Amino acid sequence: MRYAYYPGCSLLESAQEFDVSVRAVMECLGVTLEEIPNWTCCGASAAEPVSKLMNYALPARNLAIVEKEMGGIDVLAPCSACYLNLLKVNKEVIGSRELHGKVNEVLSASGQRYAGNVKVLHLLDVLLNDVGVKLVEEKVTDGLKGMKVAPYYGCQILRPYAVFDDPGKPTSMEPVLKALGANVYEWDYGNRCCGASLMVGHRDVAIRSVAEILNGASDADVIVTVCPLCQMNLEAYQAQAVKAGGVRVPVLYLSQLMGLAFGFGEDVMQLKKNLTMTAGVRDMINNKVWSQLRQTESGEELTGVEP
Amino acid sequence: MSGVIKQTWSPATDEYQSTLIELKDMVSACMQCGTCTASCPNGFAMDVTPRRMWRMIQFGMLDQILESRAFWYCSSCYMCTLRCPRGLKLTSAMGALKRLSRLDGSWAAKKNGAFYEAFMDNVEVYGRAQELSLMNRYFLKRKNPALPLSFIPLGMKLMGKGKLHIPNRTQRGRLKAMFAKAREMEISS
Repeated sequence: MRYAYYPGCSLLESAQEFDVSVRAVMECLGVTLEEIPNWTCCGASAAEPVSKLMNYALPARNLAIVEKEMGGIDVLAPCSACYLNLLKVNKEVIGSRELHGKVNEVLSASGQRYAGNVKVLHLLDVLLNDVGVKLVEEKVTDGLKGMKVAPYYGCQILRPYAVFDDPGKPTSMEPVLKALGANVYEWDYGNRCCGASLMVGHRDVAIRSVAEILNGASDADVIVTVCPLCQMNLEAYQAQAVKAGGVRVPVLYLSQLMGLAFGFGEDVMQLKKNLTMTAGVRDMINNKVWSQLRQTESGEELTGVEP
Repeated sequence: MSGVIKQTWSPATDEYQSTLIELKDMVSACMQCGTCTASCPNGFAMDVTPRRMWRMIQFGMLDQILESRAFWYCSSCYMCTLRCPRGLKLTSAMGALKRLSRLDGSWAAKKNGAFYEAFMDNVEVYGRAQELSLMNRYFLKRKNPALPLSFIPLGMKLMGKGKLHIPNRTQRGRLKAMFAKAREMEISS
Protein backbone atom coordinates (compact mmCIF):
# COMPACT_ATOMS: atom_id res chain seq x y z
CA MET A 1 0.00 0.00 0.00
CA ARG A 2 1.43 3.32 -1.10
CA TYR A 3 -0.07 6.78 -0.70
CA ALA A 4 0.85 10.33 -1.57
CA TYR A 5 1.05 11.91 1.87
CA TYR A 6 -0.27 15.43 2.39
CA PRO A 7 0.70 16.42 5.95
CA GLY A 8 -0.76 19.94 5.80
CA CYS A 9 0.69 22.99 7.53
CA SER A 10 -0.34 22.27 11.14
CA LEU A 11 1.35 18.88 11.14
CA LEU A 12 4.70 20.59 10.64
CA GLU A 13 3.96 23.14 13.36
CA SER A 14 1.72 22.80 16.41
CA ALA A 15 0.62 19.25 15.59
CA GLN A 16 3.97 17.56 15.02
CA GLU A 17 3.00 14.69 17.29
CA PHE A 18 0.16 13.90 14.87
CA ASP A 19 2.56 13.79 11.91
CA VAL A 20 5.15 11.69 13.73
CA SER A 21 2.60 9.21 15.09
CA VAL A 22 0.77 8.82 11.75
CA ARG A 23 4.03 8.10 9.94
CA ALA A 24 5.19 5.61 12.59
CA VAL A 25 1.88 3.78 12.86
CA MET A 26 1.37 3.56 9.10
CA GLU A 27 4.88 2.24 8.59
CA CYS A 28 4.22 -0.39 11.22
CA LEU A 29 1.09 -1.39 9.30
CA GLY A 30 3.08 -1.79 6.10
CA VAL A 31 1.82 1.41 4.49
CA THR A 32 4.28 3.56 2.53
CA LEU A 33 3.68 7.31 2.77
CA GLU A 34 5.43 9.45 0.18
CA GLU A 35 5.23 13.13 0.96
CA ILE A 36 3.95 15.23 -1.97
CA PRO A 37 6.97 17.22 -3.24
CA ASN A 38 6.73 20.97 -2.65
CA TRP A 39 3.17 20.76 -1.39
CA THR A 40 1.58 24.03 -0.35
CA CYS A 41 -1.30 25.09 1.90
CA CYS A 42 -4.83 23.87 1.06
CA GLY A 43 -6.40 27.14 2.27
CA ALA A 44 -8.01 25.51 5.35
CA SER A 45 -11.33 27.18 6.10
CA ALA A 46 -9.82 30.64 5.53
CA ALA A 47 -9.73 30.62 1.72
CA GLU A 48 -13.49 30.44 1.12
CA PRO A 49 -14.28 33.73 2.92
CA VAL A 50 -11.56 35.50 0.91
CA SER A 51 -11.46 34.09 -2.60
CA LYS A 52 -13.65 31.49 -4.24
CA LEU A 53 -11.04 30.71 -6.88
CA MET A 54 -8.17 30.25 -4.43
CA ASN A 55 -10.43 28.11 -2.26
CA TYR A 56 -10.33 25.55 -5.09
CA ALA A 57 -6.98 26.36 -6.71
CA LEU A 58 -4.91 25.96 -3.53
CA PRO A 59 -5.89 22.32 -2.91
CA ALA A 60 -6.01 21.60 -6.67
CA ARG A 61 -2.33 22.55 -6.97
CA ASN A 62 -1.36 19.70 -4.66
CA LEU A 63 -3.53 17.19 -6.50
CA ALA A 64 -1.99 18.37 -9.78
CA ILE A 65 1.47 17.51 -8.44
CA VAL A 66 0.32 14.03 -7.44
CA GLU A 67 -1.29 13.55 -10.86
CA LYS A 68 1.77 14.63 -12.80
CA GLU A 69 4.72 13.63 -10.64
CA MET A 70 3.50 10.71 -8.55
CA GLY A 71 1.56 8.70 -11.10
CA GLY A 72 -1.79 9.80 -9.70
CA ILE A 73 -1.70 7.50 -6.66
CA ASP A 74 -4.26 7.97 -3.87
CA VAL A 75 -3.69 10.85 -1.47
CA LEU A 76 -3.83 10.42 2.30
CA ALA A 77 -4.55 13.60 4.28
CA PRO A 78 -4.68 13.27 8.09
CA CYS A 79 -6.04 16.79 8.76
CA SER A 80 -9.81 17.24 8.44
CA ALA A 81 -9.73 20.61 6.70
CA CYS A 82 -7.02 19.48 4.28
CA TYR A 83 -8.97 16.31 3.55
CA LEU A 84 -12.20 18.20 2.86
CA ASN A 85 -10.52 20.86 0.73
CA LEU A 86 -8.75 18.30 -1.43
CA LEU A 87 -11.91 16.21 -1.70
CA LYS A 88 -13.96 19.30 -2.57
CA VAL A 89 -11.91 19.82 -5.73
CA ASN A 90 -12.91 16.38 -6.99
CA LYS A 91 -16.54 16.82 -5.93
CA GLU A 92 -17.19 20.43 -6.95
CA VAL A 93 -14.63 21.45 -9.58
CA ILE A 94 -14.40 18.27 -11.62
CA GLY A 95 -17.66 17.99 -13.54
CA SER A 96 -18.28 21.73 -13.62
CA ARG A 97 -16.83 22.87 -16.93
CA GLU A 98 -16.78 26.56 -16.09
CA LEU A 99 -15.22 26.23 -12.65
CA HIS A 100 -12.74 23.57 -13.77
CA GLY A 101 -11.60 25.86 -16.58
CA LYS A 102 -11.11 28.77 -14.19
CA VAL A 103 -9.23 26.69 -11.63
CA ASN A 104 -6.91 25.39 -14.33
CA GLU A 105 -6.40 28.95 -15.54
CA VAL A 106 -5.21 29.90 -12.04
CA LEU A 107 -3.01 26.78 -11.90
CA SER A 108 -1.51 27.64 -15.28
CA ALA A 109 0.12 30.65 -13.64
CA SER A 110 2.50 28.16 -12.02
CA GLY A 111 2.62 25.87 -15.04
CA GLN A 112 0.17 23.28 -13.74
CA ARG A 113 -3.20 21.77 -14.52
CA TYR A 114 -5.37 19.21 -12.79
CA ALA A 115 -7.48 16.76 -14.79
CA GLY A 116 -9.27 15.19 -11.82
CA ASN A 117 -7.76 11.70 -11.62
CA VAL A 118 -6.47 11.63 -8.05
CA LYS A 119 -8.46 10.00 -5.26
CA VAL A 120 -8.41 11.63 -1.82
CA LEU A 121 -8.66 9.46 1.28
CA HIS A 122 -8.96 10.09 4.99
CA LEU A 123 -6.82 8.27 7.53
CA LEU A 124 -9.88 6.46 8.93
CA ASP A 125 -10.97 5.37 5.46
CA VAL A 126 -7.50 3.90 4.83
CA LEU A 127 -7.40 2.17 8.23
CA LEU A 128 -10.83 0.61 7.85
CA ASN A 129 -11.03 -0.21 4.18
CA ASP A 130 -7.46 -0.55 2.89
CA VAL A 131 -5.43 -1.69 5.90
CA GLY A 132 -8.23 -3.47 7.71
CA VAL A 133 -8.89 -3.82 11.41
CA LYS A 134 -7.52 -7.35 11.44
CA LEU A 135 -4.02 -6.13 10.66
CA VAL A 136 -4.33 -3.41 13.33
CA GLU A 137 -5.27 -6.09 15.85
CA GLU A 138 -2.25 -8.19 14.88
CA LYS A 139 0.12 -5.31 15.58
CA VAL A 140 -1.16 -4.72 19.11
CA THR A 141 1.45 -5.72 21.66
CA ASP A 142 0.47 -3.52 24.54
CA GLY A 143 -3.33 -3.48 24.56
CA LEU A 144 -5.35 -0.76 26.20
CA LYS A 145 -7.74 -3.10 27.96
CA GLY A 146 -10.38 -1.29 29.93
CA MET A 147 -9.45 2.21 28.78
CA LYS A 148 -12.61 4.20 28.09
CA VAL A 149 -12.00 6.13 24.91
CA ALA A 150 -14.38 8.75 23.54
CA PRO A 151 -14.00 8.92 19.73
CA TYR A 152 -14.21 12.51 18.52
CA TYR A 153 -14.69 12.88 14.75
CA GLY A 154 -15.34 16.61 14.46
CA CYS A 155 -16.98 18.14 11.41
CA GLN A 156 -15.23 18.11 8.14
CA ILE A 157 -14.18 14.50 7.66
CA LEU A 158 -17.78 13.46 7.06
CA ARG A 159 -19.58 16.68 6.25
CA PRO A 160 -20.81 17.58 3.77
CA TYR A 161 -19.38 14.55 1.92
CA ALA A 162 -19.96 11.29 3.75
CA VAL A 163 -17.49 9.05 1.94
CA PHE A 164 -16.78 6.30 4.47
CA ASP A 165 -19.09 6.73 7.46
CA ASP A 166 -22.47 8.02 8.61
CA PRO A 167 -22.10 11.77 9.31
CA GLY A 168 -25.14 11.71 11.63
CA LYS A 169 -23.74 8.98 13.84
CA PRO A 170 -20.15 8.17 12.91
CA THR A 171 -18.75 4.83 14.07
CA SER A 172 -15.62 4.34 11.94
CA MET A 173 -13.19 4.74 14.85
CA GLU A 174 -14.94 2.10 16.94
CA PRO A 175 -13.54 -1.04 15.24
CA VAL A 176 -10.04 0.45 15.48
CA LEU A 177 -10.44 1.27 19.18
CA LYS A 178 -11.84 -2.19 19.88
CA ALA A 179 -8.90 -3.74 18.04
CA LEU A 180 -6.61 -1.84 20.43
CA GLY A 181 -8.46 -3.42 23.34
CA ALA A 182 -10.07 -0.16 24.46
CA ASN A 183 -13.70 0.31 25.43
CA VAL A 184 -15.65 2.68 23.23
CA TYR A 185 -17.22 5.41 25.35
CA GLU A 186 -20.78 6.06 24.23
CA TRP A 187 -21.58 9.73 23.81
CA ASP A 188 -23.47 12.13 21.61
CA TYR A 189 -20.77 14.69 20.93
CA GLY A 190 -18.53 12.77 18.56
CA ASN A 191 -19.57 14.80 15.53
CA ARG A 192 -20.21 18.09 17.30
CA CYS A 193 -18.23 21.10 16.03
CA CYS A 194 -15.36 22.27 18.29
CA GLY A 195 -15.76 25.87 17.08
CA ALA A 196 -12.84 25.63 14.65
CA SER A 197 -11.25 29.01 13.91
CA LEU A 198 -13.94 30.86 15.88
CA MET A 199 -11.60 30.16 18.79
CA VAL A 200 -9.39 32.96 17.45
CA GLY A 201 -11.94 35.69 16.79
CA HIS A 202 -15.00 34.71 18.84
CA ARG A 203 -13.56 32.67 21.65
CA ASP A 204 -16.60 32.91 23.93
CA VAL A 205 -18.71 31.11 21.31
CA ALA A 206 -16.18 28.34 20.67
CA ILE A 207 -15.49 27.84 24.38
CA ARG A 208 -19.15 26.98 24.91
CA SER A 209 -18.91 24.19 22.31
CA VAL A 210 -15.68 22.89 23.80
CA ALA A 211 -17.15 22.87 27.32
CA GLU A 212 -20.17 20.89 26.11
CA ILE A 213 -17.96 18.37 24.32
CA LEU A 214 -15.70 17.93 27.36
CA ASN A 215 -18.73 17.49 29.60
CA GLY A 216 -20.07 14.89 27.20
CA ALA A 217 -16.87 12.91 27.78
CA SER A 218 -16.75 13.44 31.56
CA ASP A 219 -16.62 9.71 32.34
CA ALA A 220 -14.16 8.81 29.60
CA ASP A 221 -10.45 8.28 30.25
CA VAL A 222 -9.38 10.08 27.09
CA ILE A 223 -10.86 11.70 24.02
CA VAL A 224 -9.20 10.75 20.73
CA THR A 225 -9.22 13.08 17.74
CA VAL A 226 -8.20 12.87 14.09
CA CYS A 227 -7.86 16.61 13.44
CA PRO A 228 -5.14 19.06 14.55
CA LEU A 229 -7.61 21.90 15.07
CA CYS A 230 -10.04 19.80 17.11
CA GLN A 231 -7.08 18.64 19.18
CA MET A 232 -5.90 22.22 19.77
CA ASN A 233 -9.36 23.54 20.65
CA LEU A 234 -10.20 20.64 22.97
CA GLU A 235 -6.95 20.66 24.92
CA ALA A 236 -5.43 24.13 24.83
CA TYR A 237 -8.50 25.88 26.19
CA GLN A 238 -9.51 23.44 28.94
CA ALA A 239 -8.91 25.94 31.76
CA GLN A 240 -11.28 28.41 30.10
CA ALA A 241 -13.74 25.65 29.27
CA VAL A 242 -13.77 24.66 32.94
CA LYS A 243 -14.77 28.22 33.82
CA ALA A 244 -17.60 27.84 31.33
CA GLY A 245 -18.77 24.71 33.12
CA GLY A 246 -16.71 22.03 31.42
CA VAL A 247 -14.64 19.22 32.95
CA ARG A 248 -11.04 18.27 32.19
CA VAL A 249 -10.37 15.28 29.96
CA PRO A 250 -7.03 14.29 28.39
CA VAL A 251 -7.02 14.47 24.59
CA LEU A 252 -4.87 12.31 22.28
CA TYR A 253 -4.59 11.73 18.57
CA LEU A 254 -5.95 8.36 17.46
CA SER A 255 -2.57 7.61 15.88
CA GLN A 256 -0.82 8.24 19.21
CA LEU A 257 -3.15 5.83 20.97
CA MET A 258 -2.54 3.24 18.24
CA GLY A 259 1.21 3.72 18.58
CA LEU A 260 1.01 3.17 22.35
CA ALA A 261 -0.95 -0.03 21.82
CA PHE A 262 1.62 -1.12 19.21
CA GLY A 263 4.30 -0.76 21.89
CA PHE A 264 6.01 2.38 20.57
CA GLY A 265 6.28 4.10 23.93
CA GLU A 266 5.39 7.62 24.95
CA ASP A 267 8.62 9.20 23.69
CA VAL A 268 8.18 7.94 20.14
CA MET A 269 4.53 9.03 20.19
CA GLN A 270 5.65 12.41 21.58
CA LEU A 271 3.05 12.37 24.36
CA LYS A 272 4.85 15.21 26.11
CA LYS A 273 3.89 17.51 23.25
CA ASN A 274 0.19 17.15 24.05
CA LEU A 275 -1.05 20.00 26.19
CA THR A 276 -3.24 17.78 28.37
CA MET A 277 -0.60 15.10 28.87
CA THR A 278 0.70 15.95 32.31
CA ALA A 279 3.01 13.63 34.19
CA GLY A 280 -0.03 12.25 36.02
CA VAL A 281 -1.86 11.36 32.84
CA ARG A 282 1.25 9.82 31.29
CA ASP A 283 1.67 7.67 34.40
CA MET A 284 -1.94 6.64 34.14
CA ILE A 285 -1.39 5.55 30.55
CA ASN A 286 1.96 3.86 31.20
CA ASN A 287 0.73 1.97 34.24
CA LYS A 288 -2.68 1.24 32.76
CA VAL A 289 -4.50 2.53 35.80
CA TRP A 290 -6.76 4.86 33.88
CA SER A 291 -10.14 4.15 35.36
CA GLN A 292 -8.96 4.06 38.94
CA LEU A 293 -7.05 7.29 38.53
CA ARG A 294 -9.92 9.18 37.08
CA GLN A 295 -12.24 7.88 39.75
CA THR A 296 -9.97 8.88 42.62
CA GLU A 297 -8.61 12.15 41.37
CA SER A 298 -11.08 13.05 38.63
CA GLY A 299 -8.12 14.30 36.63
CA GLU A 300 -7.78 17.28 38.97
CA GLU A 301 -4.07 17.56 38.44
CA LEU A 302 -4.49 18.28 34.75
CA THR A 303 -3.54 21.79 33.83
CA GLY A 304 -4.79 23.71 30.86
CA VAL A 305 -4.19 27.24 29.71
CA GLU A 306 -5.39 30.10 31.85
CA PRO A 307 -7.05 32.92 29.94
CA MET B 1 -35.34 47.54 -0.91
CA SER B 2 -31.81 48.74 -0.45
CA GLY B 3 -30.45 45.41 -1.67
CA VAL B 4 -32.16 45.99 -5.01
CA ILE B 5 -30.77 49.49 -5.27
CA LYS B 6 -27.32 48.17 -4.58
CA GLN B 7 -27.62 45.65 -7.41
CA THR B 8 -28.74 48.26 -9.90
CA TRP B 9 -26.94 51.45 -8.97
CA SER B 10 -23.97 50.85 -6.81
CA PRO B 11 -20.59 50.83 -8.52
CA ALA B 12 -20.10 47.29 -7.23
CA THR B 13 -17.48 45.22 -8.95
CA ASP B 14 -18.28 42.33 -11.24
CA GLU B 15 -17.06 39.98 -8.55
CA TYR B 16 -19.61 41.45 -6.16
CA GLN B 17 -22.42 40.98 -8.71
CA SER B 18 -21.48 37.42 -9.57
CA THR B 19 -21.16 36.44 -5.90
CA LEU B 20 -24.55 38.01 -5.21
CA ILE B 21 -26.20 36.13 -8.07
CA GLU B 22 -24.58 32.92 -6.93
CA LEU B 23 -25.77 33.51 -3.36
CA LYS B 24 -29.36 34.10 -4.49
CA ASP B 25 -29.24 30.91 -6.55
CA MET B 26 -27.92 28.97 -3.59
CA VAL B 27 -30.84 29.79 -1.31
CA SER B 28 -33.71 30.41 -3.75
CA ALA B 29 -35.23 26.98 -3.04
CA CYS B 30 -35.22 27.48 0.75
CA MET B 31 -38.66 26.58 2.11
CA GLN B 32 -38.07 28.03 5.58
CA CYS B 33 -38.21 24.78 7.53
CA GLY B 34 -35.61 26.05 10.02
CA THR B 35 -33.57 22.84 10.15
CA CYS B 36 -30.40 24.88 9.52
CA THR B 37 -31.04 27.13 12.52
CA ALA B 38 -31.83 24.19 14.76
CA SER B 39 -28.66 22.40 13.64
CA CYS B 40 -26.25 25.30 14.01
CA PRO B 41 -23.91 24.91 17.02
CA ASN B 42 -23.19 28.67 16.97
CA GLY B 43 -26.75 29.83 16.30
CA PHE B 44 -27.15 30.99 19.90
CA ALA B 45 -24.66 33.80 19.25
CA MET B 46 -26.20 35.01 15.98
CA ASP B 47 -28.38 38.11 15.85
CA VAL B 48 -30.10 36.88 12.68
CA THR B 49 -30.75 33.14 12.48
CA PRO B 50 -29.66 31.20 9.39
CA ARG B 51 -33.27 30.51 8.35
CA ARG B 52 -34.11 34.20 8.54
CA MET B 53 -30.98 35.07 6.61
CA TRP B 54 -32.02 32.93 3.62
CA ARG B 55 -35.46 34.55 3.60
CA MET B 56 -33.92 38.02 3.72
CA ILE B 57 -31.75 37.13 0.73
CA GLN B 58 -34.85 35.96 -1.15
CA PHE B 59 -36.44 39.33 -0.36
CA GLY B 60 -33.35 41.25 -1.46
CA MET B 61 -32.63 42.55 2.05
CA LEU B 62 -28.93 42.10 1.58
CA ASP B 63 -27.88 45.30 3.33
CA GLN B 64 -29.58 44.28 6.57
CA ILE B 65 -27.84 40.92 6.51
CA LEU B 66 -24.46 42.49 5.82
CA GLU B 67 -25.04 44.82 8.76
CA SER B 68 -25.58 41.83 11.02
CA ARG B 69 -22.76 39.80 12.50
CA ALA B 70 -24.51 36.44 12.16
CA PHE B 71 -22.64 34.85 9.25
CA TRP B 72 -19.26 35.58 10.87
CA TYR B 73 -20.24 33.04 13.52
CA CYS B 74 -20.33 30.21 10.98
CA SER B 75 -17.51 27.80 11.85
CA SER B 76 -17.92 25.81 8.59
CA CYS B 77 -19.06 22.65 10.38
CA TYR B 78 -21.48 21.84 7.53
CA MET B 79 -24.23 20.55 9.83
CA CYS B 80 -26.82 22.80 8.12
CA THR B 81 -25.66 21.66 4.69
CA LEU B 82 -25.82 18.03 5.77
CA ARG B 83 -29.34 18.30 7.13
CA CYS B 84 -30.96 20.70 4.66
CA PRO B 85 -33.92 18.78 3.20
CA ARG B 86 -33.58 20.77 -0.01
CA GLY B 87 -29.91 19.92 -0.36
CA LEU B 88 -28.84 23.56 -0.38
CA LYS B 89 -25.16 24.40 0.09
CA LEU B 90 -25.79 26.63 3.07
CA THR B 91 -22.23 26.59 4.44
CA SER B 92 -21.03 27.83 1.04
CA ALA B 93 -23.70 30.54 1.25
CA MET B 94 -22.18 31.64 4.58
CA GLY B 95 -18.81 31.78 2.81
CA ALA B 96 -20.32 33.88 0.00
CA LEU B 97 -21.73 36.31 2.59
CA LYS B 98 -18.29 36.66 4.16
CA ARG B 99 -16.86 37.44 0.71
CA LEU B 100 -19.60 40.00 -0.03
CA SER B 101 -19.01 41.73 3.29
CA ARG B 102 -15.30 41.88 2.46
CA LEU B 103 -15.97 43.35 -1.01
CA ASP B 104 -18.26 45.84 0.69
CA GLY B 105 -15.24 46.97 2.66
CA SER B 106 -17.32 47.01 5.81
CA TRP B 107 -15.98 47.52 9.30
CA ALA B 108 -17.36 44.12 10.32
CA ALA B 109 -15.40 42.46 7.54
CA LYS B 110 -12.19 44.14 8.65
CA LYS B 111 -12.69 42.95 12.21
CA ASN B 112 -14.36 39.57 11.78
CA GLY B 113 -12.54 38.65 8.59
CA ALA B 114 -9.13 39.65 9.94
CA PHE B 115 -8.13 36.09 10.73
CA TYR B 116 -9.03 34.81 7.25
CA GLU B 117 -7.20 37.73 5.62
CA ALA B 118 -4.13 37.20 7.79
CA PHE B 119 -4.18 33.50 6.98
CA MET B 120 -4.30 34.06 3.23
CA ASP B 121 -1.62 36.78 3.33
CA ASN B 122 0.56 34.37 5.26
CA VAL B 123 0.02 31.58 2.72
CA GLU B 124 0.73 33.96 -0.14
CA VAL B 125 4.09 34.85 1.41
CA TYR B 126 5.26 31.49 2.73
CA GLY B 127 3.37 28.97 0.57
CA ARG B 128 2.34 27.20 3.76
CA ALA B 129 0.60 28.61 6.82
CA GLN B 130 3.17 29.54 9.48
CA GLU B 131 1.33 29.75 12.77
CA LEU B 132 3.53 32.21 14.63
CA SER B 133 3.78 34.80 11.84
CA LEU B 134 0.10 34.22 11.02
CA MET B 135 -0.93 35.22 14.54
CA ASN B 136 1.37 38.27 14.45
CA ARG B 137 -0.21 39.35 11.18
CA TYR B 138 -3.66 38.82 12.67
CA PHE B 139 -2.82 41.00 15.69
CA LEU B 140 -1.56 43.76 13.40
CA LYS B 141 -4.78 43.69 11.41
CA ARG B 142 -6.96 43.85 14.51
CA LYS B 143 -5.09 46.91 15.84
CA ASN B 144 -6.12 46.03 19.38
CA PRO B 145 -3.18 45.97 21.79
CA ALA B 146 -5.16 44.01 24.38
CA LEU B 147 -5.75 41.15 21.96
CA PRO B 148 -2.17 39.80 21.77
CA LEU B 149 -2.00 39.95 25.56
CA SER B 150 -4.94 37.57 25.82
CA PHE B 151 -2.98 35.02 23.78
CA ILE B 152 0.20 35.19 25.87
CA PRO B 153 -0.66 32.30 28.20
CA LEU B 154 -1.41 30.04 25.23
CA GLY B 155 1.77 31.22 23.51
CA MET B 156 3.84 30.43 26.60
CA LYS B 157 2.28 27.00 26.86
CA LEU B 158 2.92 26.25 23.17
CA MET B 159 6.47 27.52 23.46
CA GLY B 160 7.05 25.30 26.48
CA LYS B 161 5.87 22.32 24.43
CA GLY B 162 8.15 23.25 21.54
CA LYS B 163 5.21 23.99 19.27
CA LEU B 164 6.20 27.46 18.09
CA HIS B 165 8.50 27.69 15.10
CA ILE B 166 10.20 30.34 13.05
CA PRO B 167 8.70 30.41 9.54
CA ASN B 168 9.72 27.63 7.18
CA ARG B 169 10.95 29.34 4.01
CA THR B 170 11.22 26.37 1.69
CA GLN B 171 8.01 27.24 -0.18
CA ARG B 172 8.32 31.00 0.13
CA GLY B 173 6.84 32.78 -2.89
CA ARG B 174 5.72 29.49 -4.47
CA LEU B 175 2.10 30.64 -4.73
CA LYS B 176 2.68 34.27 -5.70
CA ALA B 177 1.85 33.77 -9.39
CA MET B 178 -1.34 31.85 -8.60
CA PHE B 179 -2.55 34.49 -6.16
CA ALA B 180 -1.87 37.23 -8.69
CA LYS B 181 -3.69 35.33 -11.43
CA ALA B 182 -6.73 34.65 -9.23
CA ARG B 183 -6.93 38.30 -8.22
CA GLU B 184 -6.74 39.42 -11.84
CA MET B 185 -9.48 36.94 -12.84
CA GLU B 186 -11.77 37.82 -9.93
CA ILE B 187 -11.62 41.54 -10.61
CA SER B 188 -12.50 41.15 -14.28
CA SER B 189 -14.91 38.20 -14.01
